Amino acid sequence: MDPAVDAPRKSMLRQNLAEFWYYFSESKSAVVGLAFLVGIILMAIFADFIAPHDPTIQYRECLEHAPAWGEDKCNFIFGTDYAGRDMLSRIIHGTRLSLVAGGIVVILCLSIGIVFGLVAGFFRGWVDTAIMRIMDTIMSVPGLLMALVLVAILGPGLLNAMIAISITYLPHFVRLTRSSYITESSKEYVIASKVAGAGRFRIMFITILPNCMAPLIVQGTLSFSTAILDTAALGFLGMGAQPPAPEWGTLIAENRDLMLSAPWTVTFPGLAILLAVLAINLMGDGLRDALDPKMKRS
Amino acid sequence: MFYFILKRIALLVPIFFGVTLMAFGFIRMLPGDPVAALAGERDMTPERHAEIMVKLGLDKPVWQQYLDYIWNLLHGDFGTSVLTNRPILDEFLELFPATIELGLTAMILAVVIGVPIGIFAAVKRGTIYDQGIMGISLVGYSMPIFWWGLLLIILFGGIWGLTPISGRISFLFDVETVTGFLLIDTLLSGEEGAFASAMHHMILPTIVLGTIPLAIIARQTRSAMLEVLSEDYVRTARAKGLSPLRVYGLHALRNAMITVITVIGLQVGTLMAGAILTETIFSWPGIGKWIIFSVFSRDYYAVQGGLVLIAMIIMSVNLVVDLLYGLINPRIMHTSS
Repeated sequence: MDPAVDAPRKSMLRQNLAEFWYYFSESKSAVVGLAFLVGIILMAIFADFIAPHDPTIQYRECLEHAPAWGEDKCNFIFGTDYAGRDMLSRIIHGTRLSLVAGGIVVILCLSIGIVFGLVAGFFRGWVDTAIMRIMDTIMSVPGLLMALVLVAILGPGLLNAMIAISITYLPHFVRLTRSSYITESSKEYVIASKVAGAGRFRIMFITILPNCMAPLIVQGTLSFSTAILDTAALGFLGMGAQPPAPEWGTLIAENRDLMLSAPWTVTFPGLAILLAVLAINLMGDGLRDALDPKMKRS
Repeated sequence: MFYFILKRIALLVPIFFGVTLMAFGFIRMLPGDPVAALAGERDMTPERHAEIMVKLGLDKPVWQQYLDYIWNLLHGDFGTSVLTNRPILDEFLELFPATIELGLTAMILAVVIGVPIGIFAAVKRGTIYDQGIMGISLVGYSMPIFWWGLLLIILFGGIWGLTPISGRISFLFDVETVTGFLLIDTLLSGEEGAFASAMHHMILPTIVLGTIPLAIIARQTRSAMLEVLSEDYVRTARAKGLSPLRVYGLHALRNAMITVITVIGLQVGTLMAGAILTETIFSWPGIGKWIIFSVFSRDYYAVQGGLVLIAMIIMSVNLVVDLLYGLINPRIMHTSS
């Protein structure tokens, strides 16, 4: 690419990022959420080094051991589960499953949702009607019920749970892309690029799409947190990740019978879900304020 | 108005067909032999297999099967449970009051607390109260409710022994079913202590199911109020020297309620999804627990019927909310017609 053209483009990107960060960092809670999320992601990546024990090793002499430290044996800060496995290590390793599940759901929804939304917005007519009616149908059933039915077809498991959850979230992304595409497509810069002879795909993906991204990024962040919640809910119901996978919802389900005699086995995994979801939601609120032009006080 | 209603109903027709097509497809997409899955029998003789196939109508062309299915639905036939051999609709209607009862109390809790604290937060914008309320409601919004339920069971049921942890009423009472709503039935039965027992059993499930709607309603009430509070008529009302109660309670709230009512209506779906988890945790004999049980016991006709019925209920509620919205906000109706 011509460096003379490339340089101003780069500096504009830098300027946009700086502006974004200015608005985003105005909200302290959003920054805290972001920092926490970065922490969780690092924990997931380095789970093997951070976790004090192997999440699958059963310490048979320490079954259902209460949280303890400084003892001679059975030193488990978060206690052990019914099989004597270290809860802390299981939760740390579970971070991977939850984050990957949430991430894949968002990536699937964004990529498929954008394509369907653009196609509906570009072609209009019966293509649009057909796509939107399918989306209406998916939305008319509560998400968790829809996901359950889909998992019943696909069979239980983390991967199938992710696919099912993605399908239930898809309508939000399609609708959002379509409506912002339609708003954008009548603007002058689009007409200008059409006059300049830009092709169909160029207009869809290069001219218009970048201008529709702000609401999609916000929706993606919020879906990331709900996807973690729903993955855990399916795991809890026995339709998501299967034991011995240390997915947070599955951890709660497999220790549910002990909840009165060994409450730590249920309390800590749930706390992990809550904190992760809370961090992402805090960040999502900040993102929305920073990206939503209506809220900008310029 | 009539045109408005008609248009809204017409919008539901394609969704109805979409949902039924989905439910119809669900059974046919199940892995394995549909006859074996539906009949719940193993090691069938070929004769028995063929017999069931004819009985279930699986020998006909697919389009005819779908038309038959729609025809049956329109005549109130949602199929028969493989497990209990009873019509799905009967089972559904029998359990549905328990779910409505729980959903209503949860919704009442959410509105009674959520709307006032949302208004309070908006009026006290930027103060520590506002931040506190918004912080807590974000925690509520982020709550994995199945864990929240177990936590409450551990604390209130286990450690403090204050509340019962499962079921709708103590087994000591045998209340005759009249309406299906236990709070009403226990009052009708006149049995001493029965109503108190039913109320006692409702506390934890209501809190658990109401948490997320409460958080959403509080947040949305706050933002609706903030929007209204910056309007000219509120400033005028204030400048006239009206009391804060009159300004916020009458001028602002009435306009903010338009948004709030829509938000409340949209929670029906959230409540149904929440009911699946809440009823499972508290062994609450309602639709949510029934659906989960049906999925696990591979009673696919029950799952299919439940899916269609729940979708239809949510569609009707949304229709009512839409119409209410048009009624309280005349601007909508005029722009649409």
